[in-house]
Amino acid sequence: MILRRPFFWIILAIAALFLYLPLRSNDVSLREDLILIAIAIILASNLNLMIGYTGYVNFGHIVFYGLGGYIGLYLATVLGWNLVLSALMAGLAVSVCALLFGLLILRLRGAYFALATIGVLQAVQAFVANFDPWGRSTGMYLSFAVYQPLGGAMRALWLTYYLIIAVMALSMILSLAIKNSKFGLGLFAIREDEDAAVVLGVNATVYKAIIYSVSAFLPAVAGALMFYKNGMIDPSIAFEYMLSLEGIVMLMLGGQGAVMGAALGAALYEKLRSFLLTSPTLSNFHLVIAGGLLLLVVLFAPGGLIGWFYRVLPRARKVIE
Amino acid sequence: MSGVLASMIDGLLVGAVYGLAAMGLSLIWGVMDVINLTHGAMIALGMFAMYLLFGALMTNAYVLLLPVMAAGLLLGIVVYWMSVHRVVGRPMLMSLLSTFAVNMMVIGIGTAIWSTSPYNVNFSLPGITIGAYTFTGNHIAAAIGAVVIALALQLFLYHTRTGKAIRAVADNREAAELMGISTTAVLTIAFGIGIALACTSGALVSTLFPFTILSGATYQLKSFVVTILAGLGKPFGALVAGVLLGLLEGVVTPFIAVSWIPLIEFGLFVVVLVAFPQGIFGRATA
Repeated sequence: MILRRPFFWIILAIAALFLYLPLRSNDVSLREDLILIAIAIILASNLNLMIGYTGYVNFGHIVFYGLGGYIGLYLATVLGWNLVLSALMAGLAVSVCALLFGLLILRLRGAYFALATIGVLQAVQAFVANFDPWGRSTGMYLSFAVYQPLGGAMRALWLTYYLIIAVMALSMILSLAIKNSKFGLGLFAIREDEDAAVVLGVNATVYKAIIYSVSAFLPAVAGALMFYKNGMIDPSIAFEYMLSLEGIVMLMLGGQGAVMGAALGAALYEKLRSFLLTSPTLSNFHLVIAGGLLLLVVLFAPGGLIGWFYRVLPRARKVIE
Repeated sequence: MSGVLASMIDGLLVGAVYGLAAMGLSLIWGVMDVINLTHGAMIALGMFAMYLLFGALMTNAYVLLLPVMAAGLLLGIVVYWMSVHRVVGRPMLMSLLSTFAVNMMVIGIGTAIWSTSPYNVNFSLPGITIGAYTFTGNHIAAAIGAVVIALALQLFLYHTRTGKAIRAVADNREAAELMGISTTAVLTIAFGIGIALACTSGALVSTLFPFTILSGATYQLKSFVVTILAGLGKPFGALVAGVLLGLLEGVVTPFIAVSWIPLIEFGLFVVVLVAFPQGIFGRATA
């Protein structure tokens, strides 16, 4: 049972802290900082399901987030659905696309799959930039009136914040639940040796397609919420290649394969990035520093921060998963 | 109708350059089982190397291909020791991520220096006019350059001692080592040549189209498609597959917007991977 895992309660405590901190002083700028961290944690945790659990690199993870944003915004503005419903629908739609598509491309093994994901990103971006109902390359804008049913823009912003924190907590709980399930063991087997896993009766193609689809759901919901909050979307911000890459850096930095690793890496990297972007001399070089960091981690510490922590304190594995 | 024909011939000429770009990727992939994700960044560096050299010397752009190639070889050796040597033979995830990290660093430095605004190399050869259509001299020269380099690579791989050593290592690294081949040296040289080919193709592309530091990504995707089509480690296979891709682009561009092309190329990539996992020209080994 997942309720018996201590880490489940740690996740809830982290989420409660995220809710309490900005509310205590009604601090809007802190809330905006925490939103960015929460989004980073959502992306890194779900990416971890692919890279850390299954051993498949997805370079185009941001596709889910951007596509979710587009579908959510379209449902909420053009069709006038309510926010939660359109976000859930966006998640579902993106997940179904990912499942169908995954059954096709996940017949590709290892590196071929990684290459295909680069193509997925470019292809989806090309499609959206040419798609008329979504405003082609100029994107879509929300009018302020959209926030009225939620009690005005200010109330709506706080509401989206709560929802995004909830999605963050769900992402981590999902990772924890999969890690402790039979399905998760199947994924680990695929990661270690796909041929052996297949021989032992793991239906690798189906497993991979399912995890690809599952890893799409929450990022798409988060995308719908985030772009609703921002009030606008266009192909270059929705499918920001950089963010997709930084997700990989976050995950490797924190430690792939561990739930806490993904969250820790995401939070640290996001702090580092906001520091670099605001510093006048370093702002141009944040990509260089991110790349350097990734290279060092891959070459010298493939386990990331959490791997180092496990080595120092092996018993922590039981609690910090 | 003749408009389509002209567009096809143009696509064919540009396709030879795609083939050249893919040879670099395919050589490294075939020899050391590393998918070099710095490929796009190296193509972009080749473009900017040509831009800087041409700006400084103002000579014939095709003479400048030689220094670009030499610089690419050196750069490739540096990148090999920096990011690839430690991860050769480890799971592919590692080399994907380490070359990818170098890619981020190069793009980051490039963006800081040149921003992402477009540049071009202001050099043109007289073209050939047939009826209402003109084929620019640059396109023709670039295609000839690509074919000559492919020929040179083929001769190098099949008729020199070093070239044979590279193919031996690609076939079976342990056996090659037992025969007294220094595999580390061979891997370094092969990686250097792969990067030199990427830089050279970038330099050729820079004489055809305007470019930015991010342009490499487009050609990287094309290189993947070409490599998958051709199978690994065959210079002429890559050239033929590149020409096919160029031809396809030439056929479709008169009918649809250019911005749809990544979608078509990606579709082709998936279809070929699923239908011909070994490449159209046979086995996927070098």
